[in-house]
Amino acid sequence: MDTEQKLFTVSIYTENNVGLLNRISAIFQRRKINIESINSSVSEIDHVSRWTIVVTISEEQMRKIIGQIEKQVEVIKAYYHTDEETIYQESCLFKIKSDLLFEERTIQNIIKESNARIVTVNREFFVLEKSGRKSEVELLYRELKPFGIMQFVRSGRIAVTKDEMKITQLLEAFASA
Amino acid sequence: MESQVIQKNHQEIVSKPERISGSEAVVRCLLAEGVDVLYGYPGGAIMPVYDELYKYQKQIHHVLVRHEQGATHAAQGYARISGKVGVAIVTSGPGATNLITGIADAQIDSTPLVCITGQVGSHLLGSDAFQETDIVGISTPVTKWNHQITKASEIPEVMAKAFYIAKSGRPGPVLIDITKDAQFEEFDFEYKKCLGIRSYTPTPKSDNSSIEKAAKIINKAQKPLIVWGQGVILGQAEEEFTAVIEKAGIPSAWTILGASAIPSSHPLNVGMVGMHGNYAPNKLTNECDVLIAIGMRFDDRVTGNLATYAKQAKIIHFEIDPAEVNKNVKADVAVLGDAKETLSKLLVLLNSNSHPKWHQQFKDLYQIEYDAIIKNDLYPTKDGLTMGEVLKEINVQSKGNAAIVSDVGQHQMIACRYANFNKSKSNITSGGLGTMGFALPAAIGAKMAAPNREVVAVIGDGGYQMTIQELGTIFQTQVPVKIVVLNNNFLGMVRQWQQLFFDKRYASTEMTNPNFVQIAEGYSIKAKQVNKREDLASSVREMMAHDGPYFLEVCVEKEANVFPMIPTGASVSEIRLS
Ligand SMILES: Cc1ncc(C[n+]2csc(CCOP(=O)(O)OP(=O)(O)O)c2C)c(N)n1
Repeated sequence: MDTEQKLFTVSIYTENNVGLLNRISAIFQRRKINIESINSSVSEIDHVSRWTIVVTISEEQMRKIIGQIEKQVEVIKAYYHTDEETIYQESCLFKIKSDLLFEERTIQNIIKESNARIVTVNREFFVLEKSGRKSEVELLYRELKPFGIMQFVRSGRIAVTKDEMKITQLLEAFASA
Repeated sequence: MESQVIQKNHQEIVSKPERISGSEAVVRCLLAEGVDVLYGYPGGAIMPVYDELYKYQKQIHHVLVRHEQGATHAAQGYARISGKVGVAIVTSGPGATNLITGIADAQIDSTPLVCITGQVGSHLLGSDAFQETDIVGISTPVTKWNHQITKASEIPEVMAKAFYIAKSGRPGPVLIDITKDAQFEEFDFEYKKCLGIRSYTPTPKSDNSSIEKAAKIINKAQKPLIVWGQGVILGQAEEEFTAVIEKAGIPSAWTILGASAIPSSHPLNVGMVGMHGNYAPNKLTNECDVLIAIGMRFDDRVTGNLATYAKQAKIIHFEIDPAEVNKNVKADVAVLGDAKETLSKLLVLLNSNSHPKWHQQFKDLYQIEYDAIIKNDLYPTKDGLTMGEVLKEINVQSKGNAAIVSDVGQHQMIACRYANFNKSKSNITSGGLGTMGFALPAAIGAKMAAPNREVVAVIGDGGYQMTIQELGTIFQTQVPVKIVVLNNNFLGMVRQWQQLFFDKRYASTEMTNPNFVQIAEGYSIKAKQVNKREDLASSVREMMAHDGPYFLEVCVEKEANVFPMIPTGASVSEIRLS
């Protein structure tokens, strides 16, 4: 079932390069594929960046896109994985009126049960942070919504894979060639 | 923590440190890469480099084109005939944006180019300064690699990488944008050639087991068909390719960019595949039992409807670019790697074979195509001149030794169908992008790269006027290209589609043309117009014999069509003869 739409987490190891975001996002844009989230950070290897991109597409499309990503000169290696093959997290921040924290018992219970963390409290508002799977973050959002959320923001997904990605070996092979 | 790998490039030192300006460094890099000609157009942001080009004019020949698009196409013509990297150099802003069509053309046709653009001073970047344009952003989707230089010290390494990337693996265009301050800045110049980049694998390692699998399937095949593309030419694998097809006795067809890798007259050469390709290889694509694709990418103009393309056949795909494997057509066996290497390994595993019955099928279908189309194209009995007979005449006069540079349209299909090629790298045309205006400047570049070869540009009256200003370049350099305009007073190919698919509603395809002979003569180019069959042979002969550039306009039949044709979306086996 190569043509069935699935959620994939794409992991890309690259050299640090200013123009690379443009190059990689253009590959999705050409095919009119919506990037659900994108995250760029340092990786376990010095001077090597790691990108995490989440898209919902068919596996057939995914394979073609990985080929086109890997073809970019500054891309060291790209992989794609399903949710079962990764450990992933997203995190989010809620800004909520402080009165509610003290007056609404249910809010306190929600916070406790969701394993959310209070980052700061002042007279006007408090900030709640929650990391976890998308579904957990969404559940918390739905629960808090009725009380009024002043601001909400969610990060892109970050993920590590269960299998090894042999980047260091690749780079060492080049250095010794 | 994982062990650190610091070295990112492999380099070879070719010069000792010397204190020079960034702009001089650009020229020195070009010289170190063996560049002898570059095509360009000056302007504010690139003036420091032009000043150096003035000083180095004995070592490096700068050709002033008449429009920057012409610079890219000329560099493409240069690269396509020689296999070397073509170089274009222009100013920022409009100079840079004018390159885009040529760069996109080079990207889709895998042509090695290095394009150098001047840029405003780095302190002005992002401020909408005069002639500032984000050319790195604009060119990203159509370049193999691009980079902006803001410090002189980056120039040697980036230039070395540019040439390496453009030429290695599947070639392509690279754009280097250099800010004006980096051109002025002085630094200690030292040049190291790039020999490898750690994040980039130009040629995937071939794996012997896939070659063995391929050989087994080919050895068992009853009706094998080879379709080869430009990969054979880019990989300089012509000899290995010929040995393979001769040993295994496999009928072999070419894509438009693969043309000329083996001579047109080779008995195993069964013609062109695709929309206006030959009848036999298109039809029999859907009858072969094994389809061996070599250095080609199953473009939609080649395959027609994918759902009905070679479904009965096992597919073997020899390819250097892993992203092309299974992109359009699923391969039963994919052989990654450089064609020269993989084909020579394949050769030793192949059994000798001849498939006489299978060959007869090609001959029979050729006869049908000959009677229905080719005969009338080449030996017309009606009054109007055909494009085909002009090509036939060029074949006769050049003895098949000319490089044919064609533009885009009906004349292009006719040129590719009927030109005789004895030598590789002789068919220079815009395949993937179909860029009208390509031929005239590309012919200039081709002739400069191969001065001993006859270079004939074959152009339609429409496309000719897209880059007609390059007559000025020809005039100034006296590059002896032969220009043949096949004038049907129409945007012929579009008119053909209007006739066949839009009930003859000729929307904006008829052309009121100027006096082309007078225009050429305005540039002091010897020019002639032919209207009658009896003048054709002598005129072509005169053109070929002429010592210098020559313009020949042939007034051909206005509403002739190119056949065979696979209508868009139809199957290759639904190829029409009329
Ligand atoms: C730059 C560009 N614009 C438009 C087209 C679409 N197009 C393809 S063929 C063609 C007609 C070409 O006419 P002409 O150059 O006279 O050649 P002919 O087909 O008559 O031989 C056109 C307009 C194109 N390929 N390239």
